[in-house]
Amino acid sequence: MIGGPRRVAQEVPRGAEMFKFVSMRLFQSIIVMLVVGLIAFGLFRFVGDPVNNMVGQDTTLEEREALTESLGLNDPFIVQYGRFVGKAVQGDFGMSYRLRQPVSDLIAERFPATLELSLVSAFMALLLGVPMGIYTALKPKSLFSRGFMTLSLMGVSLPTFLIGILLILFFGVTLRWLPTFGRGEVIQLGWWSSGFFTASGLKSLIMPAITLAIFQMTLIVRLVRAEMLEVLRTDYIKFAHARGLSPRLINFSIALRNTLVPVITIIGLQVGSIIAFAIITESVFQWPGMGLLFIQAVSEVDIPVMAAYLLLIAFVFVVINLIVDILYFVVDPRLRVQS
Amino acid sequence: MSDMTEQQPSFLTRLRDSDLWWSFIHSPGAIIASVLTVMIVAGALFAGLVAPHDPFDLATVDLFDALLPPAWEAEGNSSYLLGTDDQGRDVFSTILYGSRISLIVGFASVALAAVIGITVGLIAGYSGGILDSFLMRVADIQLSFPAILIALLIDGVARGILPREAHDEVAVYVLVVAIGLSFWVQYARTVRSSVMVERNKEYVQAGQVIGLPNWIILIRHILPNVLGPVLVIATIQLALAIITEATLSFLGVGVPPTSPSLGTLIRIGNDYLFSGEWWITIFPGVALVVLVLSVNILGDWLRDALNPKLR
Repeated sequence: MIGGPRRVAQEVPRGAEMFKFVSMRLFQSIIVMLVVGLIAFGLFRFVGDPVNNMVGQDTTLEEREALTESLGLNDPFIVQYGRFVGKAVQGDFGMSYRLRQPVSDLIAERFPATLELSLVSAFMALLLGVPMGIYTALKPKSLFSRGFMTLSLMGVSLPTFLIGILLILFFGVTLRWLPTFGRGEVIQLGWWSSGFFTASGLKSLIMPAITLAIFQMTLIVRLVRAEMLEVLRTDYIKFAHARGLSPRLINFSIALRNTLVPVITIIGLQVGSIIAFAIITESVFQWPGMGLLFIQAVSEVDIPVMAAYLLLIAFVFVVINLIVDILYFVVDPRLRVQS
Repeated sequence: MSDMTEQQPSFLTRLRDSDLWWSFIHSPGAIIASVLTVMIVAGALFAGLVAPHDPFDLATVDLFDALLPPAWEAEGNSSYLLGTDDQGRDVFSTILYGSRISLIVGFASVALAAVIGITVGLIAGYSGGILDSFLMRVADIQLSFPAILIALLIDGVARGILPREAHDEVAVYVLVVAIGLSFWVQYARTVRSSVMVERNKEYVQAGQVIGLPNWIILIRHILPNVLGPVLVIATIQLALAIITEATLSFLGVGVPPTSPSLGTLIRIGNDYLFSGEWWITIFPGVALVVLVLSVNILGDWLRDALNPKLR
């Protein structure tokens, strides 16, 4: 796990230092994106034959040659890679082998579904997880705390897809309260399709969102608890007790604030894993998002879609990492001394 | 628990007198968990003897017995304790055989991850310098992506490279490599930080002074001293690896239905959930959860037992 900063910064970082740090991190992020791009391009170029995937059985050798030439597949590797990156930056990832549509259109069409699902479940996980974590840290011996910890162990041991199946069996098949697949009715707001404004859309959202939230919630409970326990052991908390400050003030003002700094940054990093686990949730509930698109691409070896998804996810991760790094820098004075 | 190289006062006496044993017999959770784990592992290992039916022998499988509910329900058949699946295979037997594949993939991928991770950690921690920062930078980047995503990706690439007909035959190996390659980072980081502490101790300097080659110092002398935390990580990762395997198989990119793992069984049963045949999905699911939960409890116990500071 990432060791978090313990102290809140007293001073604003000096402009030049900050600039140096941020530009270094930015440079590293660009390198990472180029490497991921290289992997994606390698996939694109060398896994399966791109020409074979575009033409039919009865295409002559000359036509294939012409297509290879017109696609630029005879150019040097570095030129092809450069062209791939150039196109990717403009959002052009070619055509899906399976669906015969531009990949960028497919992703734009699926993106709102995944984002709405991820946001709702992230909210649920935070709203429940943080208070549970604080409670278990403050009252470790109480019955509720033991219950929460047992629940969180079960949450870690229950695979996401099984949670989804159990929910479907109970609320979908036995009780018939909630729809078991799809997004329900959606409303188009420009290019964005939203399920937030219809009853069936909201009902369809409940089970996938819970499924996705449970794993994140257990992580957050354990994380908040561990950080809080650590903070409660520190000298400044003991000193605050010795000064006779009220426990309420110590726990919720001093300890909580120091706990939340690392927790918030790590939760930021969790956004990425929500997207990854959305693949599973979307597959269980046939939720028409990017994850479902990706898993279908993996099983059908639809390389352009895989490459585009990889780049998109890498981009999200890199941006979040960059923001978190900058937050660390702003918040933790020790980092500034190092750089 | 085989990291004890010397065994002067017999192994059993040492085990009985150890703190680890004391803490084990005083935590009921760990005892129950280990009993359950041993039962599942034994059932999987001796599936051929324990299982009432051979689900993969087409001669004994009868389609007329398909979709029978568990034995205690009205239409159940007493020879199929947990009912049968869509092809008339005994669910209890497929679970035993399925756990075998889940466990094989779990153990093998954890072993692969441990070998890669320990090697990288030893080299990075002992050599330091550019090699160290390069390896750790790679580890950082990989750690910022969830393991399941990396496993999916490696799986997808392997599917692309290999011919379509070979997918089913090599599926298990592909899974082991995919999961192994996505889990090595934790070992590498832990081992590296322990090695950096050990590196400056006197016994290492003594070894260097008498001219032992670096790899001997690393493997014979440093490695045994950094294995404690590795054991804890390996236990927790075994649970994660089993879940990851089940997830990939459930998503349809893991073990094929012809020799199903627990995840594949759940996937097969999922199609029958809506028509009320819940037992095909739920029983393999319960087996999976019991297995993973037991391993997780053992891992938690081991971590606390080896690290008294936490108590």
